[in-house]
Amino acid sequence: MIDEIRQVLAEHGRMPVDVDSLSDDADLYQAGLTSHASVNVMLALEDAFDIEFPDEMLRKSTFESVAAIQDALIELGASAPVQG
Amino acid sequence: MSHSALAETGRQIAEQVAAAHADEVDANARFPKESIEALRAEKMMGALIPSELGGLGASLDDVGEAITELGRHCASSAMVFAMHQIQVACLVRHGRSPFLRSFLRRVADEQLLLASATTEIGIGGNTRMSSCAVEPVADGFRLRKQAPVISYGQYADAVLVTARKSPDSASNDQVLVVCPSPDLVLSETSGWDTMGFRGTCSLGFLLEATGPMSHILDDPYADISARTMLPVSHIVWTSLWLGIAQGAETKARSYIQAEARKKAGTMPPGALRLAELHSMLQQLAESVRGLRRHYVEVADDEDETTSIGFAVQMNTLKVSASTLVVDIVGRAMLICGISGYRHDSQYSLARALRDAYGAALMVNNDRINNNNAQLLLVQRGH
Repeated sequence: MIDEIRQVLAEHGRMPVDVDSLSDDADLYQAGLTSHASVNVMLALEDAFDIEFPDEMLRKSTFESVAAIQDALIELGASAPVQG
Repeated sequence: MSHSALAETGRQIAEQVAAAHADEVDANARFPKESIEALRAEKMMGALIPSELGGLGASLDDVGEAITELGRHCASSAMVFAMHQIQVACLVRHGRSPFLRSFLRRVADEQLLLASATTEIGIGGNTRMSSCAVEPVADGFRLRKQAPVISYGQYADAVLVTARKSPDSASNDQVLVVCPSPDLVLSETSGWDTMGFRGTCSLGFLLEATGPMSHILDDPYADISARTMLPVSHIVWTSLWLGIAQGAETKARSYIQAEARKKAGTMPPGALRLAELHSMLQQLAESVRGLRRHYVEVADDEDETTSIGFAVQMNTLKVSASTLVVDIVGRAMLICGISGYRHDSQYSLARALRDAYGAALMVNNDRINNNNAQLLLVQRGH
């Protein structure tokens, strides 16, 4: 799951650094993830994992690191990304 | 509606001081020093500062009411006061270090005036990005920022400045830095000759400051912006626009009442328009006060104030109130007719209309609507 999250961040996060250079716990906002780009990341995660983030998860802390995103996805029951 | 003591003080200063100088402040685009001195004399600069730090310990609800009162008579005085309160609110919630606590005490004791430098030349109006950075030097930091506007910068005792956290930080990895006047140099780069809000003296400056690292607020600017600066800005601004709208409605109402007295028994032609205008004013007042109360309730709930739903609510308040105020003042002008259009009439609405048009531009409504359009792609529920 971590790999898919990193792929979404690489494609939609528009960060000035290489996502692979960041640890799972690194603060993505400090690494340059803007609130604008984070919305695109949310949309791409919803598409890739076929989930919908509920209101209570739509806050900054949910997307602050690769590990935080994984926790959220697991809580939502996501498993492998949907192919195609 | 019960009026708080703070709002009552605001009303008295507005009527007795701000109103007397408003036209001259506007005509000469000069700082409303009489209003600010009167507010200082009542310790109003420390209104939001907790009483244990020497402030008045007032709520944002009360401060908002005082801003509305000022806005009825002098929008420039109200804006200077409002922008100062935004900076104070950021310091109260996000300045926890001993230096920042003692600085807040100084603001209350000495009635210091705080200004803000969040925009930067070359960034295009996005306050969540900086090009300048806090540069570490031997005994602290050095900061140099090309600010397209710093409202009343030359009259402020300190400026709160956004900058990247370090020269290596990403453009949105920002901090907020307190730069008090002794170690702050502002070199004027552009003037302020505008349609409205002329007394805010929002000149452009090259800002150069030095200081110890303790002058940097404890929380990242991303959090300060989402939890405090953005919602408080929208709340104090909309409180001010409500004041402009109320001032215009009051003039339109006195005009219609004077007409009615001249021909008792005949409904003045503009009376129906006044009824329409009044319903719009009520709509504006209810949304400003409702969201202000909501923020006061949730302000300490970090999960709520960093949620998408909250950001959408605050953005929507700003856009709808800034649109309504222009509409309301325009309708008041139609009611007062040529008397509202004149400068030399007690019903003149010229200054109010010019000020009202600024509302949609200070953080452009298109930028905010674009932001909301994106947030609504993922928002659920209410």
